[in-house]
Amino acid sequence: MAKLKTQIMVCGGTSCSDKLGELLIDNLNLELEANALENEVRVVKTGCFGLCRLGPVVKIAPGDTIYTGVKPDDAKEIVASHVMKGRIVERLLFTDPVTKKKLTTENDFASQKKQLRIVLRNCGVIDPENIDEAIAHDAYEALSRVLTEMKPSDVIRIIKDSGLRGRGGGGFPTGIKWEIAYRNKSDEKYVVCNADEGDPGAFMDRSVLEGDPHAVLEAMAICGYSIGAGTGLIYIRAEYPLAVARLKTAIAQARDYGLLGSNIMGTGFSFDIEIKYGAGAFVCGEETALIHSMEGDRGEPTVKPPFPAESGFRGKPTNVNNVETFASISPIILKGAEWFASIGTEKSKGTKVFALAGKINNVGLIEVPMGTTLREVIFEIGGGIRNGKKFKAAQTGGPSGGCLTENHLETPIDFDNLLTAGSMMGSGGLIVMDEDDCMVSVAKFFLDFTVEESCGKCAPCRIGNKRLHELLEHITKGKGVPADLSRLKNMCLVIKDTSLCGLGQSSPNPVLSTLENFREEYDAHVTVKKCPAGQCRDLMEYFIISANCVGCTACVRVCPVGAITGERKEPHLINQEICIKCGACIEKCKFDAIIIR
Amino acid sequence: MNTIKSPAELKKRKAGFLEKMNSKDRIRIRVHMGTSGQASGAKEIYDFIRLELEKRNIDAVVISTGDMGYSFAEPTIEVTIPGESPIVYGNVDKIKADDIIEKHIKNGELVDGILPVNYQVIK
Repeated sequence: MAKLKTQIMVCGGTSCSDKLGELLIDNLNLELEANALENEVRVVKTGCFGLCRLGPVVKIAPGDTIYTGVKPDDAKEIVASHVMKGRIVERLLFTDPVTKKKLTTENDFASQKKQLRIVLRNCGVIDPENIDEAIAHDAYEALSRVLTEMKPSDVIRIIKDSGLRGRGGGGFPTGIKWEIAYRNKSDEKYVVCNADEGDPGAFMDRSVLEGDPHAVLEAMAICGYSIGAGTGLIYIRAEYPLAVARLKTAIAQARDYGLLGSNIMGTGFSFDIEIKYGAGAFVCGEETALIHSMEGDRGEPTVKPPFPAESGFRGKPTNVNNVETFASISPIILKGAEWFASIGTEKSKGTKVFALAGKINNVGLIEVPMGTTLREVIFEIGGGIRNGKKFKAAQTGGPSGGCLTENHLETPIDFDNLLTAGSMMGSGGLIVMDEDDCMVSVAKFFLDFTVEESCGKCAPCRIGNKRLHELLEHITKGKGVPADLSRLKNMCLVIKDTSLCGLGQSSPNPVLSTLENFREEYDAHVTVKKCPAGQCRDLMEYFIISANCVGCTACVRVCPVGAITGERKEPHLINQEICIKCGACIEKCKFDAIIIR
Repeated sequence: MNTIKSPAELKKRKAGFLEKMNSKDRIRIRVHMGTSGQASGAKEIYDFIRLELEKRNIDAVVISTGDMGYSFAEPTIEVTIPGESPIVYGNVDKIKADDIIEKHIKNGELVDGILPVNYQVIK
């Protein structure tokens, strides 16, 4: 077979396809056939190029030329000029709005893309079980620079100047945290990596540890040098066996190379790392609970102060950072605080990894600069809502966060904007809901989780969340009354104000935010006892439209509880008292006579 | 034995590793084997590709890595032909893997299911 001369890649992402991308592919193929080129040139449909607002996008290899805004009619010119004569179609090139230069090849487009990978820089690139590959991709270079060229205070200043904030949820400035631990004098200090990732649907920490474990090890050593600690501890849930295995391998390899252990790279600095296993309790993501769990005690939080930076693991100053925070450290050291501070918004610097989940097309991990809007995340990078349904809400911050609605689509996502919108950053889970999701049930789902995960130490969280859950259960069963809504809100506020730790203080957030943004849905549940999204089974009614019913008895035969009655060839009737709402009848009916209302 | 004794030695070793990794003459195939990848069958694809390359006498390096974050399209693999930009394929099953070996790796011919680079990465 003759080798292909040219290959044309056409973006098949949702957004490009919507703009007649399919027709473009057909036209290209027709043009190629017309010129008898079908054996030398191949057209392939690809996934999204991440250039949705410039679509449809076409890339031609060899040469990696990128054409943007290509219309089906442009097929003729692309084939006649580019393919046949090797002449680039100038008018289809994209002009950079800032520099006014024409962008030709794929490399020119890097800065036009919405995603920027700092934390995920090596994920999927290096073999995580081979330290040589990590070193070839700059691992331990920042550590070597820190150990030879910087004083601990220099490192802390860089981290402070970079504006890096803790990626675990609270967004506390990392540099300040390090500085406090540095100032607290002690014979022994600890660096702890919090890998107790517990938000439903969030898995960015797992991916980093599985894809690039050395990034975390190196940053922990840098932190150890900065605050004066000789021991690092990684608190990871035992449910992450692959991440644990890869971490173990990475630690062993780093020790073998003398990049961990005593006298690292001959600089006199010693630092070693141990793994501590968690049993997967959500509350252990809270730093005091985490420390107690590592000490072998019950994973229960204690009142702060004292903060771990004063008295943490074994009563010694301890600095706890999240995996993603650590993974951001080395690039900051290598590229400088100014570089990092130039990315993101005024008060939230750098990038954030989000785990997209729920009713979205491109489920997975993405990393975007802080300040990217929700619309860009969901509709461009995420590929939009599944099955073309309507966007309803996005939950950020997991069970501690709240939901963002259509009104927040243009909001730049950063720590402060999310708080203003009644949600929070959390660890970065982003669960997308469509028109079929009932927001009362969503709130109940998250409450289910917190009730299960509450450690039980303080009454507001232990009892309050249980009561909240019961009320929501009541409402979704159709037993709620309008006064329940104010009771619900009141209880939320009390739990928020009086709980001991972050878990209880934030657990009512999903209820408060759905109550705030989707009040009409709650109202429908308690007044007319209807679930507008059709999710709450107890509020649904299966009903036969007599005009459509021909009396075929198909539904009567399939009903498992004998709730349907009616003579042959006469309209049937569903007895609501007996009906269990299983939906079997609706599947059998060939005449669209049964509806849910 | 392997101890890196000074920052200068780290630099020297890095240069060596880089040279080894960038050797232009071998085809590289990365199979993304994080938890999401493996849950979708990446291990099977990894084994399949290694076996088939050997059977078909193709010289290539097969590397197992973490996931790229494309959970919606796992398992994913990346093919780099020397001198060309890497190409990532999504939803790779054995049939597709076979197609990729026969068409892309043998003939440089692209196959459907490409996931273009939709991000910028720091260098």
